[in-house]
Amino acid sequence: MSAAPGLARRLAPAGLAGLGMLALWQGVVWAAAPPPFILPGPEAVVRALGGNARLIGGHALATLWEVLAGLVLGAGFGAATAVALALSRPARVLVMPVLVLSQAVPVFALAPLLTLWLGYGMLPKVAMAVLIVYFPVASAFLDGLMRTDPGWLDLARMMRARPARVMWHLRIPAALPALASGLRLAAVYAPIGAVIGEWVGASRGLGYLMLLANGRARIDLMFAALLVLVLLTLTLRLAVGALCRRLG
Amino acid sequence: MTAQGITLAGRERRVAAPGLTLEGRGVLEERALFGPLTLALPAGRWTCLLGPSGAGKSTLLRLIAGLSTAVRLEGTVRAEDSAPLAGRIAYMAQTDLLCPWLDVLGNVTLGARLRGERPDSARARALVDAVGLAGREAARPAALSGGQRQRVALARTLMEDCPVVLLDEPFSALDARTRAEMQALAARLLAGRTVLLVTHEPGEAVRLADRLLLVERGGLSDMPLPDAPPPRAPDDAGTLAAQGRLFRALLGEGAPA
Repeated sequence: MSAAPGLARRLAPAGLAGLGMLALWQGVVWAAAPPPFILPGPEAVVRALGGNARLIGGHALATLWEVLAGLVLGAGFGAATAVALALSRPARVLVMPVLVLSQAVPVFALAPLLTLWLGYGMLPKVAMAVLIVYFPVASAFLDGLMRTDPGWLDLARMMRARPARVMWHLRIPAALPALASGLRLAAVYAPIGAVIGEWVGASRGLGYLMLLANGRARIDLMFAALLVLVLLTLTLRLAVGALCRRLG
Repeated sequence: MTAQGITLAGRERRVAAPGLTLEGRGVLEERALFGPLTLALPAGRWTCLLGPSGAGKSTLLRLIAGLSTAVRLEGTVRAEDSAPLAGRIAYMAQTDLLCPWLDVLGNVTLGARLRGERPDSARARALVDAVGLAGREAARPAALSGGQRQRVALARTLMEDCPVVLLDEPFSALDARTRAEMQALAARLLAGRTVLLVTHEPGEAVRLADRLLLVERGGLSDMPLPDAPPPRAPDDAGTLAAQGRLFRALLGEGAPA
């Protein structure tokens, strides 16, 4: 019961900011009166949303699956990497530079390659999301795992604990807040990966629909798809936030 | 609670507690930091190391525990029964080191879980009872006061059931009254074990020590104690007089009165 007013209180400022942006948008449309194929007003976008609900919904569902699969797989790989690196010093010395170096490769530039290798289906989009989610999760979690209170490690040593058990019973629970901050980033990044994948080559998804609408000068439809994408990302971010609070 | 505590203390006392000796020099970055010295912990007694911060008390404790320190020991730490020390030493630090995600019982049985053993929850409950926290078994550390958290840490230390117990200023963050209660509780529940207590508080040292050593400029000196056995009443004339002498010794010769 008490969660609902708490949620409302947290969402109220975001709602206000949203309304403010909406007002600014409408204000620009009224003041500058751009042609609708350059910048449609909020009303036109809502109309496009209502008129194409089934079309947009179908594409949104495709994107949602790509994002969810990418998020789960990317976070899973990232967390597993962090635990493995935290357990083994040689692995850290060998793998860390590779990880950091890999971040110098712009993920966007890989999208055409992934499409070439994995085809036009769902797979390259999921792979993009995995790639974009993997590093923030691995890096944040590893950071947390390497910052275990030395007092706990002393205690564990005096208790003749096994390293794997220290990891499971002390280091991982203590690093969950760090993992949570990685996951919150991941929730926002994953849709970016999926949409870029769709832009490069797809027949489904919100990114594909946006390109399609853009090509046909249906800017209102493009904005409607964008709006749904924003809502999808926000919902995901809130869901991951709630999950993280339960973890912590 | 008292009856339970006494049976527990009685049961624990059957553990044969060996004396312990650290012998050697402490070396920091190739320079001698202390010693050569001999630190002997008499079997089944409380030895207190008293000294100002930075005197190296905790370093000595960590060397005995086998915990990592910047100081290297050129020498030995051994038990008088010549059996290896590993697994026979329990450790309690200044911070309670409780896991915030575990309840009281979970924290007390942490050692078993870290070793992959089945926790003896009946014994854990009895110990929680013995430290005066019956009924709070399911409480999280965040719901406990500082004194209660340190009681849980004491129960966790007792749960390890080790003949040697190292206490690194475990009561120094507590208020005066809670500290006095914890001292009495620890003295009762750890009776019969070989205990090393590191402290910077003369009153605490005089109350609890069977043997009291002042740590100064890399050496140890034995300090006299009242005849009464520990735990001594904090307001006893003998305790207070000894405490006064210790203050003097801590402040050094020619210190302002």
